[in-house]
Amino acid sequence: MKPQSTYPRRVSSLAVLQALRRFPEEKAPATLLPAVLQRVGLADTYWRLESPIGPVYIAHSRAGISMVSRAKSSAQFERNFAKRYGRAVHPETAAPPAAIRTLIRRLRSGERPKLQFDLRGLSEFERAVLMKALEIPDGEVRPYTWIAREIGRPEAVRAVGTALGKNPVPLLIPCHRVVRSDGRIGQYSMGGTRNKRTLLTVEGAHPETIERLGGRGIRFLGNEKGHSFCYPTCGGIETLVQSNKIAFRSEREARRAGYHPCQQCRPAMAS
Amino acid sequence: MTLEQALPASLALDLDGCFEQLVSHYQDRLYSFAYRLTRNREDAEEVAQDAFVRAYRALKAYPSERIRSLSMRAWLYQITLNVTRNRLRGKKLRLVSMSAPNRNEAAAAFDAPDNPERQPDSVLEKKERRANLAELVATLPERYRSTLILRYVEGLSLEEVAAILKQPLGTVKSNAHRAVVALRELISQSRHAEVKS
Repeated sequence: MKPQSTYPRRVSSLAVLQALRRFPEEKAPATLLPAVLQRVGLADTYWRLESPIGPVYIAHSRAGISMVSRAKSSAQFERNFAKRYGRAVHPETAAPPAAIRTLIRRLRSGERPKLQFDLRGLSEFERAVLMKALEIPDGEVRPYTWIAREIGRPEAVRAVGTALGKNPVPLLIPCHRVVRSDGRIGQYSMGGTRNKRTLLTVEGAHPETIERLGGRGIRFLGNEKGHSFCYPTCGGIETLVQSNKIAFRSEREARRAGYHPCQQCRPAMAS
Repeated sequence: MTLEQALPASLALDLDGCFEQLVSHYQDRLYSFAYRLTRNREDAEEVAQDAFVRAYRALKAYPSERIRSLSMRAWLYQITLNVTRNRLRGKKLRLVSMSAPNRNEAAAAFDAPDNPERQPDSVLEKKERRANLAELVATLPERYRSTLILRYVEGLSLEEVAAILKQPLGTVKSNAHRAVVALRELISQSRHAEVKS
């Protein structure tokens, strides 16, 4: 039996190869990329929340909160995000954690929830600056020089300002609590000085009082009882200003009077 | 420099920052490849997904010199192939041998099931033929199928195929040749079945 003879026609190898080459490329389903990014922890999603300075958008990935920013619309936020990180961000369907909601609404939060931040792409220095800013309690402020000294780079005051200006997660890392040594409120990446004042007011840090003291050349306030000197907002500005405090214009003046730096706000290196 | 050439260096520098680009760039190719191997869209999507996740984990662990020297396309095909093989092994999915009775089924697939009155010269039939050719490819034994797809459908060089399959060049050459012969045979048989029916 010769089955071959009954075949209608023999296909050539060339025809087979040509047919194989013409196999159309399949389009990957649109769900593939987000699913992969989600699984490896690189997908970012965002919420829109109301804050004391208007609506803000908060993006996060599995690594942590990656961006906080004001924007006119979701579309604009998505563009800003892509421009900064070169990757996409999608609306989050799940509700934001209560910790973030409370923090954003009032900013003044007694519990100080531990939040994870996604600070990939920042330098070691920038990260150190932001982590230090995170230590400033609500209702208080610190000068740029304080951060520079605390992270062991006392000469890098200007760079501290630049790093804070690049803070990808303002509000949550409270760079608005860092002011000038002379008490002036200084700049703010998220809407300028006006918004910075609003935030400090909401937190009870009394920007007017800070400015007034600074304007009079007062840098520190001394506590007679313990013979320690502090930044004016240490422990909350109300208690300090209202009680009987001795004003100092410089660290030297305070030390000469026999005062030592407070261990809470660390206005100077202990010596 | 094309994106494809630039990718290994940028991945070595900033994996998390550039990984999305890698996925966007290769997702159609890996999905197509997985689909040709499995002939099932759900399986293909899962395979492609797993392959990218594995690639990410591997890149995360590799020193940057190793990432920089990767032949990305061949490496990704290799991972996809391994993921597919593992799935097939686990699920006994569509691993069809030449002697399996499924062959008749595949040959029958040359007929359009919802179009019993065949219109031999229509464009429609051409499309079906191509789909059916893919079905026939899927019935080839795995060693022929992956060689044939990598070499002739994806258009990789014999050397690249040898590296992906971890086989000597000679084996790849002969498998590629035998795969074409086997496929011709399958086509002839399916036409034969067509004529008889």
